Amino acid sequence: MGMTITEKILAKAAGRKSLTPGENVWLNVDVLMTHDVCGPPTIAIWKKEFGANAKIWDKNKLVIFPDHYIFTANKHANRNVEILREFAKEYQIDNYYDVGTDRYKGVCHVALAEEGYNLPGTVLFGTDSHTCTSGAFGMFATGVGNTDAAFILGTGKIWEKVPESMKFTFHGELPKYLTAKDLILQILGDISTDGATYRAMEFDGEAVYQLSMNERMTLTNMAIEAGGMSGIIAADEVTEEYVRQRTSKPYEIFNSDIDAKYHSKYEYNVEEIEPLVAKPHSPDNRDKVINVAGTKLTKCYIGSCTGGKLTDFKFAAQFLFGNSVKVPTFIVPASTEVARQLEIETYNGISLKEIFEKAGCTIAQSSCAACLGGPDDTIGRAVDRDVVISTTNRNFPGRMGSKKSEVYLASPLTVAASAVNGFITDPRDFIS
Amino acid sequence: MEKIIKGSVFVLGDNIDTDQIIPAEHLVYSLTDEEESKKYGHFALSGVPLSQAGLPNGGVNFIEGDNYLSQFTIVIAGSNFGCGSSREHAPFALQKAGVKAVVAESYARIFYRNSVDGGFIIPLECNERLNDKIKTGDVVEINLTNYVLKNLDDGKEYRLKDLGDVLPIIQSGGLFEYARNNGMIV
Repeated sequence: MGMTITEKILAKAAGRKSLTPGENVWLNVDVLMTHDVCGPPTIAIWKKEFGANAKIWDKNKLVIFPDHYIFTANKHANRNVEILREFAKEYQIDNYYDVGTDRYKGVCHVALAEEGYNLPGTVLFGTDSHTCTSGAFGMFATGVGNTDAAFILGTGKIWEKVPESMKFTFHGELPKYLTAKDLILQILGDISTDGATYRAMEFDGEAVYQLSMNERMTLTNMAIEAGGMSGIIAADEVTEEYVRQRTSKPYEIFNSDIDAKYHSKYEYNVEEIEPLVAKPHSPDNRDKVINVAGTKLTKCYIGSCTGGKLTDFKFAAQFLFGNSVKVPTFIVPASTEVARQLEIETYNGISLKEIFEKAGCTIAQSSCAACLGGPDDTIGRAVDRDVVISTTNRNFPGRMGSKKSEVYLASPLTVAASAVNGFITDPRDFIS
Repeated sequence: MEKIIKGSVFVLGDNIDTDQIIPAEHLVYSLTDEEESKKYGHFALSGVPLSQAGLPNGGVNFIEGDNYLSQFTIVIAGSNFGCGSSREHAPFALQKAGVKAVVAESYARIFYRNSVDGGFIIPLECNERLNDKIKTGDVVEINLTNYVLKNLDDGKEYRLKDLGDVLPIIQSGGLFEYARNNGMIV
């Protein structure tokens, strides 16, 4: 019997020739990532459990990005960053990217890719549910809590049940009005928020391999919104080019066997998919943009690990060029690298940053910002009765702030078109 | 591990995500400072829209006033409980509020792992949708030797799924105790 890419990578990490879904195995972890929300409690548990002489299993494999609550006056949030800072100093953690320094990066999942931590064939765990984003690089990546992370920090190992895999194949050539966000919203509407619980979601098909790494990361990022343990796309030349530009570390490329066994398979023709939204209050509450077009908005938001990458802003700039936004519109680059690219990349000869400024957008500092609400001084946070359209990943009640707000999730094209009109707008209205 | 868990239940619907269990704005409090960590109990389930809090009628406060302990010590929910973020603060918050067990139709993976590995609450599953059959405020008794939940208000009994692979970890009190008991760490 053949094996899926996920089974092959986990077999390697478990030091086994083969394994089957449902088996419990010990895995050797290649990278452990944590951030300012879950890092401090992870460290506290590690110290408590391993004692005063606690040792990090391999400090070169630990990566820490403060990113969630950093541009805030909230003293408790700032205390969290201070704890990370002290820890990094005490244990001489090279892979610590402190806020307020040149090394600051922004949102962990995007920074992991940019800094060369994502390597095909490896196993990465992070204290954030969107750690599955890294699966875009043909690797196994998933989120864990503080206790599991503390165990990894001390031992380099974790106990996991091998997941079954689901395969999602996208055929055809992606039309100009669609982005990876529409593809994942299509899946979410089909299988719902628990349709992939404890399973690996494998993405395949020529439409997927036409996508840039940024766009592939949007697909794998939202695997967790279907309950997926991980999302994965086998590495190709595009992956290798991205990786080789950022690191010289070795990696190994795995592919699923033709006779690999799947829990289920879904096939799509992207040319038949229309621009989509997730209506309040769940990422699987899918509808066609055209069916909710005209819904009045109070805010537009383009940012987060899902929708704040360079490609997202390039999509948005097409519609914001030469236009003014009708409602407050927030541009939140996921990383400082993306923020820099906004000044360099141009559309019609003008930098993306200038396009957004002229359109009247508010450009925020790189971080998670209002994607998950956060302290009450967080920029772009939803307040009572807000109706927001956002490129972020979740719209459960209160996710972006007030539980009396309503959040629609959509592609950067749909959000930008909506920002120009002040109501939800089909991006096809802007593409002749 | 207690074999019998008895308490008043708080009933919720499907897809109760971690932001509803403990909203992101509260994740800044210390989990280790005994006094400060009570905030997690105080804000537990505060993100659930009031109309959905305490079914079938809703409008029930899980925590009253300035308290951090709830009068409800068992949560009954529908499918996909704990979906969303990886924050271990979620099962911690329920434990801080005095919750001993959650009985749901199904769980999201990370929340389930966190509940077990951190030793915070016992996540039990039932094939039946108990949130349609049991009302907020009913007193139930969960027997973990035969996996039967009995509603003491109407005498009806429901079979729960056994804890399977994770039972030894729950019996140990969490992942670290389990690993130590089995010689995996010293």
